[in-house]
Amino acid sequence: MRQSFHRIMTIVRKEWIHIIRDPRTLSLVIIMPVMMLFLLGYAVANDVKDIPLVVADLSHTDASRTLIDKLTGSDFFLYTHAAQSEDEILKMLDEGMVKAGLLIPDNYGREISTGGSATIQFYIDGTDPTIAQTAQLAAETISQSLSQEILIQRLERSGTGMQISLPVDARLRYLYNPDMKRMNFMIPGLVAIILQIQALLLTAFAIVREREQGTLEQLIVTPIKSWELMLGKILPFVIVAFINVIMTVAVGAVWFGVKVVGSYALLAGLSLIFLLGSLGLGVFISNISKTQMQAMYMASFIMIPAFILAGLLFPRENMPGLAYYAGYLLPVTYFLEIVRGIILKGADFVILWKWIWPMALFSIVVFFASVLMFHKRL
Amino acid sequence: MSSEKSVQVSELTRKFGNFVAVDHVSFDIPKGEIFGLLGPNGAGKTTTIRMLCGILKPTSGEARILGYDVAKKPEEVKKRIGYMSQKFSLYNDLTVAENLDFYANLYGISQETMKTRKVELIEMAGLRGHEKQITKDLSGAWRQRLALACAIIHDPPMLFLDEPTAGVDPVSRHDFWELIYTLAGKGVSVIATTHYMDEAEFCNIIGMMYRSRLIALNDPDSLKEKMKGVLYEIDCAEPALAEQILKIRDNIQDVAAHGILLHVLVKDENDKTMLENVLQENGINITRIERVLPSLEDVFVSLVNQENRMHVRAGID
Repeated sequence: MRQSFHRIMTIVRKEWIHIIRDPRTLSLVIIMPVMMLFLLGYAVANDVKDIPLVVADLSHTDASRTLIDKLTGSDFFLYTHAAQSEDEILKMLDEGMVKAGLLIPDNYGREISTGGSATIQFYIDGTDPTIAQTAQLAAETISQSLSQEILIQRLERSGTGMQISLPVDARLRYLYNPDMKRMNFMIPGLVAIILQIQALLLTAFAIVREREQGTLEQLIVTPIKSWELMLGKILPFVIVAFINVIMTVAVGAVWFGVKVVGSYALLAGLSLIFLLGSLGLGVFISNISKTQMQAMYMASFIMIPAFILAGLLFPRENMPGLAYYAGYLLPVTYFLEIVRGIILKGADFVILWKWIWPMALFSIVVFFASVLMFHKRL
Repeated sequence: MSSEKSVQVSELTRKFGNFVAVDHVSFDIPKGEIFGLLGPNGAGKTTTIRMLCGILKPTSGEARILGYDVAKKPEEVKKRIGYMSQKFSLYNDLTVAENLDFYANLYGISQETMKTRKVELIEMAGLRGHEKQITKDLSGAWRQRLALACAIIHDPPMLFLDEPTAGVDPVSRHDFWELIYTLAGKGVSVIATTHYMDEAEFCNIIGMMYRSRLIALNDPDSLKEKMKGVLYEIDCAEPALAEQILKIRDNIQDVAAHGILLHVLVKDENDKTMLENVLQENGINITRIERVLPSLEDVFVSLVNQENRMHVRAGID
């Protein structure tokens, strides 16, 4: 037992030297999580606002100005250009100067003040579906609420002097992510990415490199047992992965203001279980790859579907049936639910149990299957 | 007695799919000998040595190292053997000292033993003053000697060398074999594979491998003596043409080019006149013709040709 421990620590020490001396590994370890954090934080997670808007106000009335104020008063639109005709609006959209356009016809003010019905025309650039959807939703919501206001005013004016209120007053209160910030959705996802990509890639590379160099062969003729070698190779990356998770959660809290509501211990414990599966996949890849290049291809073959189907970047709820259910085959899907649950909702073990058991099952099976396979390869 | 043998191999066979890499190979080597496994690339030398070290499992057959069955007692075998592959399996980003420490720790060598052992090995490998150097920056010959130092850090009684001099200059190759001699002098049994025939002269016993089979096993002198026929070295004009002419003659057993010289194997000394006549008939001037002792290369070429002829005949039958 003491001998086993001694040999495992010998491997661990050697792995540390590799990590520290190899600039590529070191940068993968330190820079990647931080880079991903800021990439996701500033490039992907940017909520859509200040959509450039061109307005052609042919009505020039108080009513039309109220409409414009309502639109630009929201954070969604930014009144950047004025136009005189539909053609001019279309031209600006064509040239990409604006993403949305609004045409208020000359009869708008008259129709509104005389109790009639006026048609306004929105133009939306559909190239970027996210922006287009946001613009559409904002335009519809704002015009509807304006219609309601006008309707109430008309009733009050024509009527008996009584207070009129809407029959249904729908109020929304967002739980868990009150500011609806994408970053709150992203940080937990990032924890999963790091545990998945980094642990998987680093482990696969570390083992395949020994095979490539021929040092694995050399290790086979020494008295080290395959499970000792395995553990020695994996341990440093468990530590690296944990440091990175801590870094991500800390930067997420301090820089992006995403605080962990739930238990740190639970987060750490379940991360460890998930990590087991990732490391197992890494070992699996190293078992079937002869070179680091092959390992890289194999890894992306596993990781890319994982990220798309698990709901890391896009919500799974919008996926078509097959893709939605395929997500249940991936442990990262469960882990995402768990991490989001703990960080955003403060969910406890009991609540998360339905996600925990499939993930744990997968992790343990993959880990031990890969390790046993590795044994045979020795 | 088994205890007096370093290696006992019987009917050792390894298949990769349909390809038989090692075909029923058997041999016994006494302790303390340097055994050279000779043959061209792909003959099955490396596969054989890998099975002996326990890296590869044999498809069938048995191998015993120092009396221990490799398949049944791998741990006992591993403790007692050192292995150095043609890749010089070192960690390139570790320093010389770190590589030595790493292997020493894997073999569970105590700190006190390690202190003296390390000094000894660094001295042997001629690496004094380079302990802190990163292995990547060492020359081929130094890396080779460091690999040897790592392989014998636990003072094994049995050493396996797989193409140990690949990619090393001739002078360093010679120095390396001197090191192996010194080790053998201390009682270490050695098995080495090589395709350099001149290196084979350093070995006490030679096994020649060709097409996955062991085609000869003996000490170098006996191999040369047993070679059938008489060997002539011919210095003549147009050696390439002469080779073509001699090759098609039935009464000439072998013709091989040695630089600008020809080595021709015939049945006995009476054939010398025949050789001279054949060449002169074809207008080729002979500068010199004399009988020479066969080198191991001659022996090998002759054995391989014999094999091939048997192969062809078997094919016709």
